[in-house]
Amino acid sequence: MTKVKLYEIAHARAGDKGEVTNISLIPYNEELYEEIEKQVTAEAVKEHFADIVSGDVLRYEIPNLIAFNFVLKGTRPGGVAASLDIDPHGKSLSWALLEMEISID
Amino acid sequence: MKKIKIGCGAGFAGDRIDPAIDLAEKCDLDYLVLECLAERTTAMANIEKKIDSSNGYGAFFEERMTKLLPLCKERGFRIVTNIGAANPEAALLKATEIARSLNLDSLKIAAVIGSDVLANLKGKSNQIWENGKTFKELQDNIISADAYLGVNEILPALQEDADVIITGRVADPSLFLAPMVHEFNWKLDDWEILGMGTVLGHLLECSSQVTGGYYADPVYKEVNDLAHVGFPYIEVDEEGTGILGKAPGTGGAITIGTCKEQLLYEIHDPSKYVTPDVIADFSSVSLKELAPNKIEISGGTGKEHTETLKVTLGVNEGFFGEGTISYGGHHAIERAKMAEDILKIRFTEQDIKLKKVRYEVVGLNSLHGSIGENKNHNPYEVMLRVAAISDEVDDVTRLGNEVEALWLHGPGGPGGIRRYTKPIISAKSTLIHRSEIKSTVIYQEV
Repeated sequence: MTKVKLYEIAHARAGDKGEVTNISLIPYNEELYEEIEKQVTAEAVKEHFADIVSGDVLRYEIPNLIAFNFVLKGTRPGGVAASLDIDPHGKSLSWALLEMEISID
Repeated sequence: MKKIKIGCGAGFAGDRIDPAIDLAEKCDLDYLVLECLAERTTAMANIEKKIDSSNGYGAFFEERMTKLLPLCKERGFRIVTNIGAANPEAALLKATEIARSLNLDSLKIAAVIGSDVLANLKGKSNQIWENGKTFKELQDNIISADAYLGVNEILPALQEDADVIITGRVADPSLFLAPMVHEFNWKLDDWEILGMGTVLGHLLECSSQVTGGYYADPVYKEVNDLAHVGFPYIEVDEEGTGILGKAPGTGGAITIGTCKEQLLYEIHDPSKYVTPDVIADFSSVSLKELAPNKIEISGGTGKEHTETLKVTLGVNEGFFGEGTISYGGHHAIERAKMAEDILKIRFTEQDIKLKKVRYEVVGLNSLHGSIGENKNHNPYEVMLRVAAISDEVDDVTRLGNEVEALWLHGPGGPGGIRRYTKPIISAKSTLIHRSEIKSTVIYQEV
């Protein structure tokens, strides 16, 4: 078993709508879909983003596209315009998700 | 089978214009769509309109029209755009003026009116999603209310053969779906095909985000020549299948990867993407690479649309202030922290009222908090950033003064102080019943 960063095995894109961020997570290799499904749970993502996400994290699985979509609530209270973040849209958060580590064979 | 080509010539208010010209000149389009409104754009545009009633349409309007109207006439494609923002009527007059000044004739220009629902909502109890308050409770601070219109409101302009259609707030995918519905006579209750068309519109609506933009990583996801990234077009047939392409000779790349990323962009539940036209289901979409930079998109479906429409409200929420100062060389982080401590004392003792304040160290923790900070690295140079919100402009101005004063009164070797304030117009959401919308289309013939 080796530890890998998600950025070595998947790509991701962040989007914003109001106070919510969504981040897609797309494995480069479809064989890793199952392992990512097992380890990159909504709870694990919420913990990873502990100082950034104040609300719930939901995960949608899209096996047809071999992809996941995470919805992170409360990333920017007040929305983009009232955000104090240097990245008010949260577009850099996709790369933050890709810093997560999982174990693969 | 009949097919049409729809290009995306702008994905946001400030988008490049040259890729739209490439599309218009090289891709034999039937339609060119310019998507120019973000959540806050109509609120800002409403402020401009209040100051001058002939303003209130989108950025670079004159330049876009000056460059594209002649091509529209010459190549025979139609333009559909939401660049009307808060004032489609004024945009219509301006576009007519520009067309005449360019000696273009027999051009029919339309403006779709009806997104502005501020008058409808005054005194009403429609609930605001983000804070549960009613419109009535906040209305003194609400400066704009724009409903997301859809295909239904754009269709009459297409049916009346307008060459250029300028709308206010409409749902982004609807700008692309309306031409499809018009050309193929799709029924407005054929939810499956409306869902398929919505998928295609969603892929195109952010210009280069599907052709290699907002994607590249020099090591893992190589993309060439983003300085000349081509904007996308879709060749769609009457059964709702589309082939995605871009102008020959342009940079960027269309791949399964770029399509997946854009498909899920700004989506929550992929099986329930709500637009004014349909509740689209993206979960069954199929992507197939036909050739380099040519992807076929099929699948997707939909359910009946909702009875309500989303409304974006522009709300006055005080003032934002920001200050930054940089340190490089030994003990850069320590000096940044020292400056932060000074500011905290000054803000308190000088009675600078800040409702919310944030301190961060750019280069260490500003983008990703502890995810970045815990990496045990020691950047050579950092920037201390403080950002805050206040009810009064005076407090955020004084925040900037205190940061500036660190030139003399802070740690040694400070570099590059910046300070900035702006009024906060935030975007909030509510719903309005469809029956409240009274939309009309007005025309000018050049």
